[in-house]
Amino acid sequence: MAKKRMLLPLLTAALALSAPAWAQQTVKIVDLCELSGSGAVDGTNWHDGVNMAVNEINAAGGILGRKIDIIHYETQTDPGVARTQMQKAVDADPYVIMGPVMSFEVRVTMGLAQHAKIPEFSGGESSDLTAKENPYFFRTSLSQQFSLPMIAQYMHDDLHAKTIMIFWENDDTGRSTRDVLTKEAAALGMKVIADRPGDNNQVDFAADVVRAKTLHPDVLYVHLQEQATARFLQEIHRQGVTIPLVGDTTLMAQTVIQMAGPAADGVRGWVGLSPVLPDPLAQAFVAKFTKTYGRTPDHNAMKSYMAVYAIKYATEKVGKFDRDALINYMHGMTITPQEEPGVFIKTSWDDNGNLDRASYIVTVDSGKQKVIAVLPPHGTTKQ
Amino acid sequence: MDNLLQLIVSGLATGGIYALAAIGFALLWQTSQTVNFAQGEFVMIPAFFILAAMKYLSLPFWAAALLALVISLLVLGVAFKRAVVDPLLHSGFVPLVIATLGLSLFMKEGVKIFYSAEPQPFPAFDAAAKVSVFGAAVSMQSVVVLGVAVATVLALQLFVARTRTGRCMQATAQNPMVARLLGVQVDRMIQLTFLINAGLVTIASILVTPIYYASYNNGETLGMAAFIAAIVGGFNQIRGAIFGGFLLGIIDNLSAAYISAAYRSVLPLLLLVLVILFRPQGILGRVEERVL
Repeated sequence: MAKKRMLLPLLTAALALSAPAWAQQTVKIVDLCELSGSGAVDGTNWHDGVNMAVNEINAAGGILGRKIDIIHYETQTDPGVARTQMQKAVDADPYVIMGPVMSFEVRVTMGLAQHAKIPEFSGGESSDLTAKENPYFFRTSLSQQFSLPMIAQYMHDDLHAKTIMIFWENDDTGRSTRDVLTKEAAALGMKVIADRPGDNNQVDFAADVVRAKTLHPDVLYVHLQEQATARFLQEIHRQGVTIPLVGDTTLMAQTVIQMAGPAADGVRGWVGLSPVLPDPLAQAFVAKFTKTYGRTPDHNAMKSYMAVYAIKYATEKVGKFDRDALINYMHGMTITPQEEPGVFIKTSWDDNGNLDRASYIVTVDSGKQKVIAVLPPHGTTKQ
Repeated sequence: MDNLLQLIVSGLATGGIYALAAIGFALLWQTSQTVNFAQGEFVMIPAFFILAAMKYLSLPFWAAALLALVISLLVLGVAFKRAVVDPLLHSGFVPLVIATLGLSLFMKEGVKIFYSAEPQPFPAFDAAAKVSVFGAAVSMQSVVVLGVAVATVLALQLFVARTRTGRCMQATAQNPMVARLLGVQVDRMIQLTFLINAGLVTIASILVTPIYYASYNNGETLGMAAFIAAIVGGFNQIRGAIFGGFLLGIIDNLSAAYISAAYRSVLPLLLLVLVILFRPQGILGRVEERVL
């Protein structure tokens, strides 16, 4: 009995003594992701991309010999919840923070990570995010300030558009899309003749399509969330509208193509990343992801996966887990797939945390994305 | 004129969706004074029973739909009444409302964890088929939804008015105590209503999911729209549910086309406030005659 009594304190002491040694073997990364609400599709893909990269890196020995201890916090696509979760993330004192994906959540949470001097790798694409002089903030995809001028140029040069009608998601990112695109279109001599907000819960797009039929612009630009986009495409198809449809990553998302069916055929858009990239490393990633999760990844899965590998690469170059050294190294850093195969497209970051890499114009043909043009990097970062 | 017709026809089609979900609100309220705030999730979940049966049991669609109907009758009909409604019914209105709100969260999160947060395509009768109604294009799926919503209301009205069981249900709805004294098996009638609701939500799920896509959060939008439709049309009238649904669908489209797309969701809420202020029993509803 006495032996048994002694066993418990001894065991506790042994565990307590071994805890710091165990903790030294890991490096903590917190991921904020949208697993429910209107951003669930984006957040789930982001989450799975992070997990896949972490599992691979851990299986290969971790970063500088330390395995990644990943913690996911769900934001529910709610800025209030996102801020609470970011506070929890900061309190956990991680090496870096991944996410969130939705720009309106990033906007209200990034200050907390900056204040705690923790590098944040976010999926937000709104142009204003890197204009806040936050040295701890890094994008994982191209900013709208780079992508929308390319889209405007494409509509002008290839589709010879003079008039555009914009359908935008009724949130901050959608509003920013409308504003930036209107400005870029005007700079090229094109006119936005109407714009209409939409909502991811909207079931009936008949009124919006009727308006488009009445105005008959040269191009319809669509920036709605996934489910709304699919319903919108079906209504366009149903009412027999043949005006060219152009959009960005959401319009071209695999989920949208799958849900909209034949109604998605012929749409075209700009994507920063796509599961059909003509690149063996990208295809290897797509095959691995599909095998692991039973579905095709979208751009969010690709960008979060590459971001984790970029952190690994930069940390190993710095040679220690030092947040300030990491951000200093990453400002102006360029990674090539030869140096780090997990980053399967040559990628650079500028001093403001803006990301730069090649992007693509794709179309949907028989339910599948097809790359029709490769656009070079924007060129603002050191190559 | 063509445009107006298109807006009305499309609005009716969307209204049919709301109506199918709203009928359940009216049914449960009439017989057991239960306001089921999980009604939207009740419509969402049978679609996932079907998808799971197709995926994990490799069943064809119709076999999976039949299995989903059986599961829905057992879970959403029998188990819901016995595990949630019966223990709380005598505690008053509020505990039951809170319980159904909790149930809706449980169902939503359960589907998200078990299946996925990603919306899934769902088999439609003929996804690409559309029909022309005086020049207005509407999908075949929406026409079927509309037809089933109208047929369901007619069938329920006939059942309630023309059959002995239906009249017993009506008696239960109006005065359960007197009904019991007259020999009506009140508990059985209430259980029957829950089973009818479970069957209806399964049909609704099969019909509306190809339009909404199978997503764990479908119930939020659908439940709220159906609840507004039921109140506007008349919570204690089955035909009120369909009227409210149609009205909501048409108002939504007309306001988006002629007033403002940005404020399209405001008008149905405004209508709800006006109805509650000036005709609380709903447009087709009657002043409550029920005796507890």
